[in-house]
Amino acid sequence: MLGIEDGWVVLAYLLCIVSALLCLVWGALKWNVDDTVEEPEEEIRQWAEEEDRVEEEL
Amino acid sequence: MSIWMIIIVVAYLCVIAYLGFRGFKSTKSATDYMLGGRSVHPYVMAMSYGATFISTSAIVGFGGAAGVFGMGLLWLTVMNILIGIFIAFWIFGGRTRRMGLRLDAHTFPELLGRRFQSKFIQGASAVIIFMFIPLYASAVLTGAVKYISSQLGIDYNAALLMFSVIIAIYVIAGGIKGVMYTDALQGTIMLFGMLALLILTYTKMGGVSAAHQSLTDMTALVPEKLLAGGHQGWTSMPKFGSPLSWTLVSTIIMGVGIGVLAQPQLAVRYMTVKSGKELNRAIPIGGVFIMMMTGVAFIVGALSNVHFQETLGKVSIVAAKGDVEAIIPMYLQSAMPEWFSILFMLTLISAAMSTLSSQFHVMGTSLGRDLVEESMGKKKGGSGILATRIGVLGGILISVYLSYIMELKFGKTGTAIVARGTAIFFGLCACAFLPMYVGALWSRGITKVGAIAGLLSGSLSSMFWICFVEQKAATALLLCNKFFGTRSLAISLVDGKEVFAKTGPIVWAFVDPLIIGLPIAIIVTIVVSLFTKKMTSDHLDKCMGTK
Repeated sequence: MLGIEDGWVVLAYLLCIVSALLCLVWGALKWNVDDTVEEPEEEIRQWAEEEDRVEEEL
Repeated sequence: MSIWMIIIVVAYLCVIAYLGFRGFKSTKSATDYMLGGRSVHPYVMAMSYGATFISTSAIVGFGGAAGVFGMGLLWLTVMNILIGIFIAFWIFGGRTRRMGLRLDAHTFPELLGRRFQSKFIQGASAVIIFMFIPLYASAVLTGAVKYISSQLGIDYNAALLMFSVIIAIYVIAGGIKGVMYTDALQGTIMLFGMLALLILTYTKMGGVSAAHQSLTDMTALVPEKLLAGGHQGWTSMPKFGSPLSWTLVSTIIMGVGIGVLAQPQLAVRYMTVKSGKELNRAIPIGGVFIMMMTGVAFIVGALSNVHFQETLGKVSIVAAKGDVEAIIPMYLQSAMPEWFSILFMLTLISAAMSTLSSQFHVMGTSLGRDLVEESMGKKKGGSGILATRIGVLGGILISVYLSYIMELKFGKTGTAIVARGTAIFFGLCACAFLPMYVGALWSRGITKVGAIAGLLSGSLSSMFWICFVEQKAATALLLCNKFFGTRSLAISLVDGKEVFAKTGPIVWAFVDPLIIGLPIAIIVTIVVSLFTKKMTSDHLDKCMGTK
């Protein structure tokens, strides 16, 4: 296949292309995704809830 | 040297100077100088990571190795993309970035030191980096300067001085911003250079399959010595268990492929971006970049055999008179059009400059920030940049000295030691840092003592293997010969002939230090952690963001 004798070398050749494509697809799918966003800390969450409640009461 | 070559090189240096100046102007704090203010663009980050990763030796040295080993080396490209980019950015990058931010770490040793609450870890890591990275840097520097002096027709020492001064100026002044901006430009030039090389080579040889088929048809021409080592043709893997297969699989694929994960100058780049989004965006850029670098170098290196057979009636290694590093330059000179030699010269200068600038920067931060300021507690006021700048200057001087003196004073022995610099540094970093780094990011059970034990056992065991067993490094370093009268402890002389120690299919003298040092470091880190004092939950929660 592709003029290459050994199946292992063909596999390496194709995997180079496939793995680069994997990176491209990953980038396209996750372009705007921040999967490392952390949950806000407990105090900040409580403060935000408190603010919301105060606002509603007002 | 043509007038065009001079104009293009001068224009290139002017743009580099401008980018270095931009880095200098926008550097106000230690975070700017060491981490680019943690807000570097994903393209700049990915290209900088890739261009730092790929040095001239990755193209010329490993490309030449593909001229000998053949296309089996493409497994290294697969490892480089999947481990060096995809897993590195996706799995390691996000966690490193977040932990670095939580601990306000500015360098890789600082991240490890603060994670394990150990000044010793920070200091010892910095010492390992500062002691061994000059060897790696001088390997890159020597290769680049030799190439430049031959291309531009100038004296080696003059080229060494000029080249080092230019890099020194933009690294010392511009810090990581200067380094990364210039890296991005240099990476882009490298990308175009390698793309052109691939297209020209395949076109010249009649297309993809036709080129490979011509190489396959040359199997009967494999030199006798390589056949005896297990070579089965340039489009086949070497015979399983043969010395060549061990060199290929263990040294090249494992050593450089896995070694990349714990490279301090690469790991620090995860901390230069603002969020995980930038890391995701950097993955496709880095993946394609690495494929175009090592992938193209290995394909073209292997295919050079077809060209030399057609033009000189010899395979590459015979045409290059046994000098592996001469294969790619010889191929370019005889097979490529003249205009291409200018583009490729810029490609190789860029590859060397981008790797060197990052090496110098990490040397500076290790000495200035990690060792002097943090570990030894000699923190003076100000933004903390001065100590790092002095560290960078010290690192550059040592590397230039090594590059200048090794060949001059030790002749071929010096050259051989420098040539092993890259592999030694990669292997050593993986053994010393990888178990501790993985433990730092994912495990709550790895203790401070466990991390220290892993760091020491990994670095010492791999150093032992490098100095006394792995035949290429041990032969070059001469220590084994001095103490034991043999070039490797795994090689004995029987009736004046070298006999290699074997266990089943394993030929010990060909086994990479990483294969020995990494498992030892992993086991020691885990076992010692089981029996020593755990880190407090509060600290672990802070590090991992679990509170």
